Amino acid sequence: MTLAHEAAAGEAGRKLELRRPAEDSLEVVLSGRWCLDGTLPARDAVERELGAGVRRLTFAAGALGEWDSGLLTFLAGVLKACAARGVAVEQGGLPEGVRHLLAMASAVPEQKVPQRDAAAQSLPARVGKATLELVRGAPAMLRFLGEITLSFMRFFSGRAHFRMSDLWLEVEQVGPRALPIVSVISFLVGLILAYLGADQLKLVGAQIFIADLVAIGMVREVGALMTGIIIAGRTGAAFAAQLGTMQVNEEIDAFRTLGISPVDFLVLPRMLALMLMVPLLTLYAGFVGMFAGLVVSVTIFDISLFEYYNETLRALELKHFWVGLSKGTVYGAMVAFAGCLRGMQCGRSAEAVGEAATSAVVTGILLITIAASVMTIVYYQLDI
Amino acid sequence: MERAPQIEVRGVAMGYGEFVVQSDLNFSVGKGDVFIIMGGNGCGKTTLMRALIGLQRPAAGTVRYDGEDFWGATEEGRERMKRRLGIMFQGGALWSSLTLAENVALPLAEYTDFPPARIAEIVSFKLALVGLAGFEDFYPSELSGGMKKRAGLARAMALDPDILIIDEPSSGLDPLTARRLDDLILELRDSLGTTIIVISHDLSSILAIGSDSIYLDADTRTMIATGNPREALRTGDPRVRHFLTRGSQ
Ligand SMILES: Nc1ncnc2c1ncn2[C@@H]1O[C@H](COP(=O)(O)OP(=O)(O)OP(=O)(O)O)[C@@H](O)[C@H]1O
Ligand SMILES: [Mg+2]
Repeated sequence: MTLAHEAAAGEAGRKLELRRPAEDSLEVVLSGRWCLDGTLPARDAVERELGAGVRRLTFAAGALGEWDSGLLTFLAGVLKACAARGVAVEQGGLPEGVRHLLAMASAVPEQKVPQRDAAAQSLPARVGKATLELVRGAPAMLRFLGEITLSFMRFFSGRAHFRMSDLWLEVEQVGPRALPIVSVISFLVGLILAYLGADQLKLVGAQIFIADLVAIGMVREVGALMTGIIIAGRTGAAFAAQLGTMQVNEEIDAFRTLGISPVDFLVLPRMLALMLMVPLLTLYAGFVGMFAGLVVSVTIFDISLFEYYNETLRALELKHFWVGLSKGTVYGAMVAFAGCLRGMQCGRSAEAVGEAATSAVVTGILLITIAASVMTIVYYQLDI
Repeated sequence: MERAPQIEVRGVAMGYGEFVVQSDLNFSVGKGDVFIIMGGNGCGKTTLMRALIGLQRPAAGTVRYDGEDFWGATEEGRERMKRRLGIMFQGGALWSSLTLAENVALPLAEYTDFPPARIAEIVSFKLALVGLAGFEDFYPSELSGGMKKRAGLARAMALDPDILIIDEPSSGLDPLTARRLDDLILELRDSLGTTIIVISHDLSSILAIGSDSIYLDADTRTMIATGNPREALRTGDPRVRHFLTRGSQ
């Protein structure tokens, strides 16, 4: 007697039939080709039938054709449903290979591992968790800052262990190789500043002050800021990924067990490289920006080359360069700090390395912006 | 050979957050032992190693080296005790920015005043011991998995440590190389008196080199003291025999 019946699905002639040979038993009849590449039947029909007073399940697979994991996953699901309902299963009707593979899949019981709270959480819960993590992150940040300070003290007393060649490698990576992108961006920013100034200064007929605006703007503020942000994206992320990968490979543990400070060996050269190179790049960005201002003023706003040059010289004082350089140094330190911090905190997976890199850029830019505001206010108050 | 316990583990428990990996571990390792820590995947062997070498503070219990409390000591004391250890990590953990020779040379440069030429000689010799002569200038990324492991062992042996801790020496090695590594371990023990802790689930190697052992059971989350693995195979706890016979007993 055939009770339930699901028709053959498509080309392959796969077929699932459910028979009730007795009041309390169910026979699942499989025939045709059961492969992953076809459409596979849902277990709903079987489960519905199981709900209707079945105590015993048997299989008949006499006409079963080709099969693969498609059949196995289907059957594993059926077995699980039977186990949950306490239905006895006789696998005698299944091909031998199927029986063996099913037995192997259930040989090692599911491990009792701690529950993962991966389930979707409500928005307030997520916000709360993120806030707590932020607060908990602060001590770690301070501790890392302390480690770096100690490392610098060892460096200045000549006791820090790292290889000079590592420092030069980083210097090359950060400095000369960043020149093209720094050039392009500072030229364009200089150009924007010049246009911005031209528009406003036209109102008072003092377009010559474009030179002052561009020179002071680029040298004092924008050069350092743009360089800092470029380096955060370019180098901060790279630092985090490098150190994160070393964390994954247990390289950092290997340093620790040898009693070599990974901060000295890995973080110090990176900090030094950025604190050395970002100010220089800042200086360079300032000059490129001023050049852009010159080009715009001379070609578009009819200011003579000589006038622009003189006005720039008049506007620029040495202190502006010091301000720019000091900001560059601080931003460099911030980027290196954020990159190395996130790298050293990285978990042990490829995914964690990606997160570390992203987080390094975000943290770096955040720290730069905070430092920029604080320094601008302080320099203003000190009248520098 | 005297047999005073060199490493003593008392009541150690380890975990990650709430999750207890192993608890109530008690064992001691005698000088000159080849001490095997065995157990199935994920039972906590590597975690135990991290507690022994100062990478992860155990949740409870003490670890003593020659009677001196390791985790209770100051940072300096711990550094000093760690200097007696040579460690090979499960994946090799070679420093990826350094060549093999530089990897092995770094501990030597750090803790000895040998001139560079002498260090280079030692490095070549250690690499030759693990069958990697001629690979001095290769970077770790240019090696196969098994070669990385052997290089990791060469680095662990660089300073002729009192105690060598090796996480899974033979997994990923071909049978002949694995056999040579076993011979090397025994030779280090015999000729240099090195105490060796081997984390392993390679049966032939466990039976060939082990002089004492513990089995970490993943179900009960604690250890079974098993003594000499060859005896454990004949008369030990049924769970250990099950493990040592690949489940046929
Ligand atoms: N960082 C971690 N966070 C949380 N749980 C972890 C972490 N590392 C390991 N574990 C868990 O701790 C247990 C023991 O891991 P461990 O690496 O010590 O196993 P093992 O015995 O070395 O295994 P194998 O033989 O595969 O190397 C595992 O169940 C694992 O899931
Ligand atoms: Mg392990």
